[in-house]
Amino acid sequence: MYAYDELDRTIVNERVSEFRDQVARRLSGELTEDEFKSLRLMNGVYLQLHAYMLRIAIPYGTLSSKQLRALAHVARKYDRGYGHFTTRQNIQYNWIKLAELPDALADLAKVGIHGMQTSGNCIRNVTSDQWAGVAPGEVEDPRIWAEILRQYSTLHPEFSFLPRKFKFAITASDHDRAAIKVHDIGLRIHRNAAGESGFEVLVGGGLGRTPFIAKTINEFVSHRDILSYVEAILRVYNQYGRRDNIYKARIKILVHELGIEKFKQEVEEEWVQMRDGALALDAAEVEDIRSRFFYPKYEKLSDTPDELKKALQNPNFEAWYKNSVAAHKAPGYGIVTLSLKPVGGPPGDATAEQMDEIADLAEKYSFGEIRVGHEQNLALPHVARRDLPALWRALDKIGVATPNVNLVTDIIACPGLDYCSLANARSIPIAQEITRRFANHDTANLIGRLHVNISGCINACGHHHVGHIGILGVEKNGEEFYQITIGGRADENAVLGHLVGPAVPFDQVADVIEDIVEAYLALRQRPDELFVDAVKRLGVEPFKERVYATR
Amino acid sequence: MPLVKGNTVVADDYVHLADDAELPADGAVLITAERFLADPEAALSRKDKTGVIWPNNRDVDDLLPHLDRLAAVALVFPVFRDGRAYTQARLLRERFKFRGELRAIGQVLRDQFVFMLRAGFDAFEVKKQSDADAFANVAKRYSVFYQPTGDGRITAFHRRLMHLPEGVRS
Ligand code: HEM
Ligand code: SF4
Repeated sequence: MYAYDELDRTIVNERVSEFRDQVARRLSGELTEDEFKSLRLMNGVYLQLHAYMLRIAIPYGTLSSKQLRALAHVARKYDRGYGHFTTRQNIQYNWIKLAELPDALADLAKVGIHGMQTSGNCIRNVTSDQWAGVAPGEVEDPRIWAEILRQYSTLHPEFSFLPRKFKFAITASDHDRAAIKVHDIGLRIHRNAAGESGFEVLVGGGLGRTPFIAKTINEFVSHRDILSYVEAILRVYNQYGRRDNIYKARIKILVHELGIEKFKQEVEEEWVQMRDGALALDAAEVEDIRSRFFYPKYEKLSDTPDELKKALQNPNFEAWYKNSVAAHKAPGYGIVTLSLKPVGGPPGDATAEQMDEIADLAEKYSFGEIRVGHEQNLALPHVARRDLPALWRALDKIGVATPNVNLVTDIIACPGLDYCSLANARSIPIAQEITRRFANHDTANLIGRLHVNISGCINACGHHHVGHIGILGVEKNGEEFYQITIGGRADENAVLGHLVGPAVPFDQVADVIEDIVEAYLALRQRPDELFVDAVKRLGVEPFKERVYATR
Repeated sequence: MPLVKGNTVVADDYVHLADDAELPADGAVLITAERFLADPEAALSRKDKTGVIWPNNRDVDDLLPHLDRLAAVALVFPVFRDGRAYTQARLLRERFKFRGELRAIGQVLRDQFVFMLRAGFDAFEVKKQSDADAFANVAKRYSVFYQPTGDGRITAFHRRLMHLPEGVRS
């Protein structure tokens, strides 16, 4: 956990007072909706189908129990008792009244939470691996760097009016849980031949209308130079990124149009002029940020305590344990993922009661810390393995122990037509229907790891391009249709999925998914050949045949 | 259009000169980049102040040979959300050490003042009178800053390392 000090808190409070003034000017009519728009967006406020929507940042996905309780409080007091965790380590509220927004933000500010830079054409909330700091084998805790970037980018005087939004993601593990290759800048912390840790910098990834996998611009940028290096990229982008067409304004288009070689040359020409300036980081600065992170004092515990051995005789516990508990860097501890994907529920939603309860359980079992991942699930990062049975019972009671993490029912979905004014089609009901079809845990388990991602329009908020199975809502003659892609992935081997065939109507989507899964079960070489690997080996054809043979 | 300089609304001694108007012998003028670049000597050899209105899609490097003789550079915000001029401002101030007046023109609204001040602007042609009147208050809305820029303010990073007391303003 990073502990905000008086300086961090001052900025958040000053932001709230600025926004209070802006809302007052809007309510008095001094600002028109049009003028207010870019100001509210800079604080995460959208105007949606039903009401204003508030998006709150959860930087690098780390929350304290106190912060989670504050999120629950806002859900209860200003909204309808729930919040929606998104794919960008944010939470969204859909029903807050404009006049109450400043109060909601002021309540969150007390615990160091805000809506700054969750929207608008600025550097957005910096995201990271939800297992950062606890995953075994990590080079170092990437959140130190996410925090340095958070501070660097917050209210940046040069980069708050970029051509388009700008997203950073950072990881320090071999296995990429932060989807860095589909971000504007992806950072991978690794060691060079001399054993020194530094950054592989990737640029120009992104989804939406024109999806791209990011390209490496520099294999190794040192700790000292990382801020100046990203500033050079941002500066080139701010000057030369297209502003004539919002669909071509993202940095991925600039990188694509110039080519990575030419783009790199521009960046490095800029960089040589500033790398020794005020942004060069010295070890003391990094150490100071590092020292503000609090790490639990782990006990020396057994990996196989009696409590756990005994509980494993219960098949329900065993199923959950196998699915939801991951190895931890400290012996005797585990990382527990809490599924926000109950059968038949909207992916990513949590009620105020659930949030409060999870905050309490985190205090009791996880040193008061909670994580939010881009898969729209939560995690408790430091649970003693002897406590797992008790924790499981408590999680089960509040409905967040569905043992489906990474299985076919662990669906990522955007809000789609149910909430979003840009949508062409519904997403949530599709997700709900698929979870019902695969509700049987044994079936889902037999299928193994399979990521289904759903977006209600081309903007790709549900990351459909990089779903093992991607579902994209499109509109045809006023009706909802869905294009289906397979073979995408968002990890260290990220690729975009391939279209299976013509779009299908709403009521056939779940059938088609079932067909694809059945084809996979028939075609896989071994039970442990993952769906995506089978698609990679076989191509789209056999799946296409299966789906369209009878349609 | 009200002009703010030194935290207050002041009278503007510059005239925006149309491209087809004759260059006057005296009086401060702001002229367009095309006109300026067509004959920099004519503009710079006047005995009064000359400033140039520099578009936001042109490299400020082209101004380098003339900077020490220009009294003012006006950078353009065609719309609120087009932020190219922030980069130009920082380059002019921090890299090229321009010490003349750096003026923000176009869609200049109160919600950008803090960013503009930090990027190095010191004169503001403000769109709305109410925003111009609010300038001094808005400019001190934030007391803590994370990023180092050429405005010389001490960043949060450095305050922490130097153990400066809270609320110290640079
Ligand atoms: C309901 C309100 C929402 C609106 C109006 C909205 C709007 C948009 C738009 C316009 C884009 C395309 C931008 C571009 O790439 O040029 C986009 C992309 C995206 N949004 Fe949303 N969104 C909403 C909700 C969400 C939610 C709930 C999530 C997460 C579940 C999300 C996550 C994302 C992500 C990950 C992208 C992909 C951008 C990329 O990688 O290029 N958004 N959104
Ligand atoms: S993908 Fe489209 S429908 Fe879904 S939330 Fe994003 S903008 Fe809305």
